[in-house]
Amino acid sequence: MIFGIPIQALFGQLLVGLINGSFYAMLSLGLAIIFGMLRIINFAHGAQYMLGAFAGYMLLAYAGIGYWPALILAPILVGLTGIVIERLALSRLYNLDHLYGLLFTFGLALVLEGVFRYYYGVSGQAYSPPPLLAGGTNLGFMFLPNYRAWVVVASLIICLGTWLLIEKTKLGAYLRAATENPSLVQAFGVNVPLLLTLTYGIGCGLAGLAGIMAAPVYQVSPLMGSNLIIVVFAVVVVGGMGSILGAIITGYVLGLAEGLTKVFYPEASSIVIFVIMAIVLLLRPAGLFGKDA
Amino acid sequence: MADVTMTGTQSTVGTRLEWLLIAVGIVALVAAPFFFYPIFLMKLLCFALFACAFNLLLGYTGLLSFGHAAFFGGAAYFTAHAVKVWGWTPEAGVLLGVAGAAVLGLVMGFLAIRRQGIYFAMITLALAQMFFFFCLQAPFTHGEDGIQGVPRGDLFGLVDLRMPTNMYYFVLVVFLIGVFAIWRIVNSPFGMILKSIRENENRAISLGYSVQRYKLAAFVMSAVLAGLAGSVKALVFQFATLTDVGWQMSGEVILMTLLGGIGTMVGPIVGAALVVTLQNYLATSEFPVTVVTGAIFMICVLLFRRGIVGEVYARLANWNGDRH
Amino acid sequence: MNKTNPLLSVSDLHAWYGESHALHGVNLEVFEGETVTLLGRNGVGKTTTLRAIMGLIRKRTGKIEFEGKDLMRLPLHRTAYAGIGFVPEERGIFATLSVEENLMLPPVVSKGGMTIEEIYKLFPNLEERRNSQGTKLSGGEQQMLAIARMLRTGVKLLLLDEPTEGLAPVIVERIGEVLKTLKQRGMTILLVEQNFRFARRIADRFYLMEHGVVTTGFPVEELDERMAVLHEVLGV
Repeated sequence: MIFGIPIQALFGQLLVGLINGSFYAMLSLGLAIIFGMLRIINFAHGAQYMLGAFAGYMLLAYAGIGYWPALILAPILVGLTGIVIERLALSRLYNLDHLYGLLFTFGLALVLEGVFRYYYGVSGQAYSPPPLLAGGTNLGFMFLPNYRAWVVVASLIICLGTWLLIEKTKLGAYLRAATENPSLVQAFGVNVPLLLTLTYGIGCGLAGLAGIMAAPVYQVSPLMGSNLIIVVFAVVVVGGMGSILGAIITGYVLGLAEGLTKVFYPEASSIVIFVIMAIVLLLRPAGLFGKDA
Repeated sequence: MADVTMTGTQSTVGTRLEWLLIAVGIVALVAAPFFFYPIFLMKLLCFALFACAFNLLLGYTGLLSFGHAAFFGGAAYFTAHAVKVWGWTPEAGVLLGVAGAAVLGLVMGFLAIRRQGIYFAMITLALAQMFFFFCLQAPFTHGEDGIQGVPRGDLFGLVDLRMPTNMYYFVLVVFLIGVFAIWRIVNSPFGMILKSIRENENRAISLGYSVQRYKLAAFVMSAVLAGLAGSVKALVFQFATLTDVGWQMSGEVILMTLLGGIGTMVGPIVGAALVVTLQNYLATSEFPVTVVTGAIFMICVLLFRRGIVGEVYARLANWNGDRH
Repeated sequence: MNKTNPLLSVSDLHAWYGESHALHGVNLEVFEGETVTLLGRNGVGKTTTLRAIMGLIRKRTGKIEFEGKDLMRLPLHRTAYAGIGFVPEERGIFATLSVEENLMLPPVVSKGGMTIEEIYKLFPNLEERRNSQGTKLSGGEQQMLAIARMLRTGVKLLLLDEPTEGLAPVIVERIGEVLKTLKQRGMTILLVEQNFRFARRIADRFYLMEHGVVTTGFPVEELDERMAVLHEVLGV
């Protein structure tokens, strides 16, 4: 017992918080990458996360393709749709006010969600974890489902990998430079329009990857993305989008904060992240890691 | 968002056309209940006022709020509760709803104006979602059921609002007062300062205006008028539910304004009329409404950002320009 | 020096910033191995000329040929591959990149560029501070870096916008030496420069710009006899 709370319940909720935090981190990371390059807030990010989960579900239901291949295929499929969208639509919005990008992707999210609601209804579809990760491990103080442990580890690897890609590679240097001054980078001979397309594709792919990873944890439902994306927006406001690492850390920390709230004051657990956002806005308007006021 | 707006095209022709449209519009609205279902018309007027209130902020101050449902739906809850549980008169209920929206607007606005542009939109969305969860859990809103069976009562103890025609004319008067108030605000010295903030915030700051206070004032005014629309809507439909505070509602009011024409007086009304009509039409079909609204969003952003009324003004201005 | 076929030839170049018409028919030629300086008061369109040649200003008409190849049709990211490097007035050092990352950023567009070792030999400071953040360098070092990073790429023509602006005399001296070294290696340079004393030491020819057009051109030998006129036009 800690503070009158059974230790199992405490660690159980912390694990839930860590799982949620993993998804917050992956999604806010994608949002930050897209925003950095395209200066667009991708409202469709939640819908693309849903799309990733459905891609996994549909691959299994209609083609018999299991979790592991889907883990590769779903992000690629979502990334490709992102590339098409960027080429056809978003690339026409770069010279306009950034809010148009937000409005366009909001419309896109509504369409994607509506289409899946039409075919699959609002109730969720079950998606089992792969046999390799079925079951769980008793840690003594708590029972740890193997799949959840995998989600935490994999998301950490994905976040760190993306961070390294951006901070330590040549492609990352192009991305960072183009975030600062796209026309100069293009004048140096770098195909910046292509870079923008790829960035959106990769960002969407990350959302799709988070989606297929989430499929066995939550139900696969058309609405799974829209509620999540608003929380992720709050995470992004808290962390500020100037820093990739900041987005990742904020995601995990706020997930844990939410888990803790579930233990001590469950009624507030759905709003705690928004409350934290409000407090951060009062104390540090630019966000915890933000340079842009 | 300077390039959203379109002051340049609002020529004298536009203004003259607006006056003509207003005159025709008022006559049409007075006569309308003889031709259409009053309940449909009242819904339309409530949403039109909501969209006009939203446009005061987006079109004339350049701030995109993604959380206006909180004021609309929040005021609906306050009014419904006051009238049903406390037995208040309709006018007192509406006043309470509006006051509640003002308080909400003050709190949300105070937080949101600390950031600009895209962050402002995300903050308002998140705060409105927080309010949504509050409404989901607070006992007085009755969760998923909402507040049902709200009595309309007698306006000032004299006019029986249970009569559809009486209710309709009450809504119409509220609508006209609301739109007139917006028109006065926009064309006042205060409105001019708002527009200068929209055009160039830094210049407004360097001219010595306390931009933050003006933004907050505009935000609260917009919230108050959105609340007015929501309060009246609660009386019209005699219920207040979670639908009115959800993010989808915030999206809908953006769509109405965008479709009609951001930064025009008539645009949001036209947009609201179209969206409400479309929803009524689609309500009977199997086809999901969000697919249609989402598609309209994408088309508007890609192809005609000026909206219907804005596009008409632009054409008229061109045509007028060619003649001279 | 091949005087018959210019490396860069610009004729009747017009350019616009939005609605404002900035260049009104610029004509100029730069021959291989030459260093040419554009003179003119502030706002006459010198920087605009460089940016229009580079393709950074897309609203432009006229003719720009490089080695006989039409540059007008190329997208921005292909212009560098024709063999042109650009060093902007504000230097354009990236804050989120280290000095070495800044140096390695521009893609190699053709053979014949300097190796990283050669560059570090020419700019020892940069090697010392290779791991620092790009914008932590002093103004002079940033200017060196902005020039240095174009040398790796194998471009034939450098467009240099006011490389000495705001720098201390010692640093200006150093940049002059660097440009002379580049010239000896056969680099062609089109330079915008306000600093006469600096320009006369490295330039072979001058063009004078007024109100968005080139009004006159002359070799460095005629500089002294034109000094009176130049003082009047430039207001120096």
